[in-house]
Amino acid sequence: MGKRFCSLWFCRLKTDYVVIRRPALLTHPFVLALPDHGRMVVTAACKRAMEEGVQPGMAVADARVLVPQLDVLDDDAALDTKLLRQLALWAIRYSPHVSINAPDGLLLDISGCPHLWGDEHIYLQQILDTLRSKGYDVRGAIADSVGAAWAVARYGRGKAIIGPGEQVTALLGLPVAGLRIDPLVVGRLQKLGLDRIGRIAGMARQSLRTRFGTELLLRLDEAFGRVDEVIEPVVPVTVYNERLPCLEPIRTAAGIGIALTRLLEKLCTRLQQDGKGLRTALFKGYRVDGKVVEAAIGTHRATHYVAHLFRLFEEKIPMLEPDLGIEVFTLEAPKVEEVGPMQRQLWNGSTGLQGVSLGELIDRVSNKISAYVVTRYIPSEHFWPERAITTTDSMNEVAVETWSVTRPRPIQLLVRPEPIEVTAPIPDYPPMLFKHRGVLHTILKAEGPERIEQEWWLATGQHRDYYMVEDEEGVRCWIFRSGHYKGAGQHQWFLHGYFA
Amino acid sequence: MPNQQDIIQQLQREILQLQGSRPPGPGQAELELGPIQAAFPNHSFPTGAIHEFISMRPADAAATGGFMAGLMGGLMQLGGVCVWVSAGRTIYPPGLKAFGVPPDRMIFMDMRSEKEVLWVMDEALKCEGLAAVAGEVRDLDMTVSRRYQLAVEQSRVTGLVLRQGSRLLQPNAAVARWQVKHLSSITEAGMPGLGFPRWKVELHRVRNGHPGSWEVEWRAGRFHFAAAKKEVQEDILRRRAG
Repeated sequence: MGKRFCSLWFCRLKTDYVVIRRPALLTHPFVLALPDHGRMVVTAACKRAMEEGVQPGMAVADARVLVPQLDVLDDDAALDTKLLRQLALWAIRYSPHVSINAPDGLLLDISGCPHLWGDEHIYLQQILDTLRSKGYDVRGAIADSVGAAWAVARYGRGKAIIGPGEQVTALLGLPVAGLRIDPLVVGRLQKLGLDRIGRIAGMARQSLRTRFGTELLLRLDEAFGRVDEVIEPVVPVTVYNERLPCLEPIRTAAGIGIALTRLLEKLCTRLQQDGKGLRTALFKGYRVDGKVVEAAIGTHRATHYVAHLFRLFEEKIPMLEPDLGIEVFTLEAPKVEEVGPMQRQLWNGSTGLQGVSLGELIDRVSNKISAYVVTRYIPSEHFWPERAITTTDSMNEVAVETWSVTRPRPIQLLVRPEPIEVTAPIPDYPPMLFKHRGVLHTILKAEGPERIEQEWWLATGQHRDYYMVEDEEGVRCWIFRSGHYKGAGQHQWFLHGYFA
Repeated sequence: MPNQQDIIQQLQREILQLQGSRPPGPGQAELELGPIQAAFPNHSFPTGAIHEFISMRPADAAATGGFMAGLMGGLMQLGGVCVWVSAGRTIYPPGLKAFGVPPDRMIFMDMRSEKEVLWVMDEALKCEGLAAVAGEVRDLDMTVSRRYQLAVEQSRVTGLVLRQGSRLLQPNAAVARWQVKHLSSITEAGMPGLGFPRWKVELHRVRNGHPGSWEVEWRAGRFHFAAAKKEVQEDILRRRAG
């Protein structure tokens, strides 16, 4: 099946927007103007002003002569891009592949989409009706090529839907301006009497090229569908996405749940057939009022297991506000990975780090709270206690090092070593007593020192002399002196942890 | 005709099973706790149940952590995975290794608030296939502990709740309440250094069992009980004798 494109043309994009914002202007002629070379120039005119003869490009003073009661509003040069982007994002509900066609249109690659609404007539009618009800004066057309849809939307008189392969006949009667070419070239063509596309379609390519440049030929070929044209989507299209339009807007959590299940089933079936599993998924609801609500989940291992994914999304459904109702749901998987075909059997039983129930637990926790709360540690080749472990987010990563037990390590390590006051009999000898947070501990037994050097290639600072000490109650602490003994009050002792 | 005593014992065992105290299932390790086992119903450490550990001071928490790690190490010996849920964790993974817990098979879940810890702990306890779940919470009331107990009866996971600095020792549904304190380690007279970790383990409350108090020493990768002192001396004598 060939490609189908839909072109939408907003005849008066900016002024329609101004009217939507200020309905009082609906019956009053007004123009938008910007200063240019020291005078105000009309950049856009409303329908009523246009009927009186005001044209964009005219000086405001001239326009005032034509329409004395004309309102002049300041224009915003970036407004049309902003509006088109908003409209393009809104239009994603009709096709995932929407691109902005500056300055006043949108292009939709609708291949494979209209049947979800019925047929192309209903589809186009629905888009146009919704946009018109918003207040935009819009025309649209559907054809096999971007160029044909563009031309028919702007200059077509008859039907808006050009059937497959019919674009050549539809274009012949349209003016040459419908070819998306430089206005200067259009002017030259018109001077020569070549006002219709049909007049130049049959001419020798060589003579057209020498007289009007290569652009005309390229545009002609594009319009006739002889050359493929690539349009750049406003939001990159993910390979794995599914959409579900609803007959009636959905407003209940139960309804959203059903929509989600359907989409998940479709997506997971596709993923399973391709031997893939998703790592992230994005569930979007396009609301009647034009807003988009979305919920995202991530899994720590690729999966296409519907029940598990549904449970992850389930927590987020109450957060989606349907407001007046959601028209279209989409589910996309931006990040997918290969999974083994044996996965289905593994969903049950199996303990250990590869256990499926553990994976589900981690997914639930990281989606509900944050992905950073779950940590697993593997040993790292450092003696410095804070650096002796590294975190890993993968359950498959096997420790290269083995956990060393040659030196005693405390079961509790304080986040930051806490300073203590110490009395030591002679330098480099274990202390006799220490004071931590105002509590005095008399040391009965001690072991050490274990000197741990600062790794100068990673950080600067003093080495640490660690002692393992036990007080009169049997509490075992890990204390250290930072640096060498340098006489009274020159060095600092710290409490760094507790032994079991 | 079986002895009347045997019949009563048999019935008692059945009642215990109905009450949720079941022997470890396939793939679950059984703990070897020497004299402490006499305190438990059926003379076996209740796995698939909630145990709470009380500690009043941070230093006690270290002793309790060590004892818990020893228990978890025993529960993990068949290759299971443990989860440690806490807010403001101080457990240092390399320190677990000495108690038979491979630190890389411990999943740490660090929450910001106690409320999150309670929720995650609940989820973790429902997760079948875990060897044990340890959680640090301050208070464990009847409602929460009941929910945990119901969750573990289904999933057969052992839950260890470390309650640090809790002043409210209200009744709850946990199967056992422990308190572990440091004891001075035993070293040979005149020798420098520290001995093996020694704790005073008190079982304040145990469902269908007998509370008690023991002196426990962790040595050579396993628990040594009450007679620890004597054994050590024998050890040293033997070494001396050559």
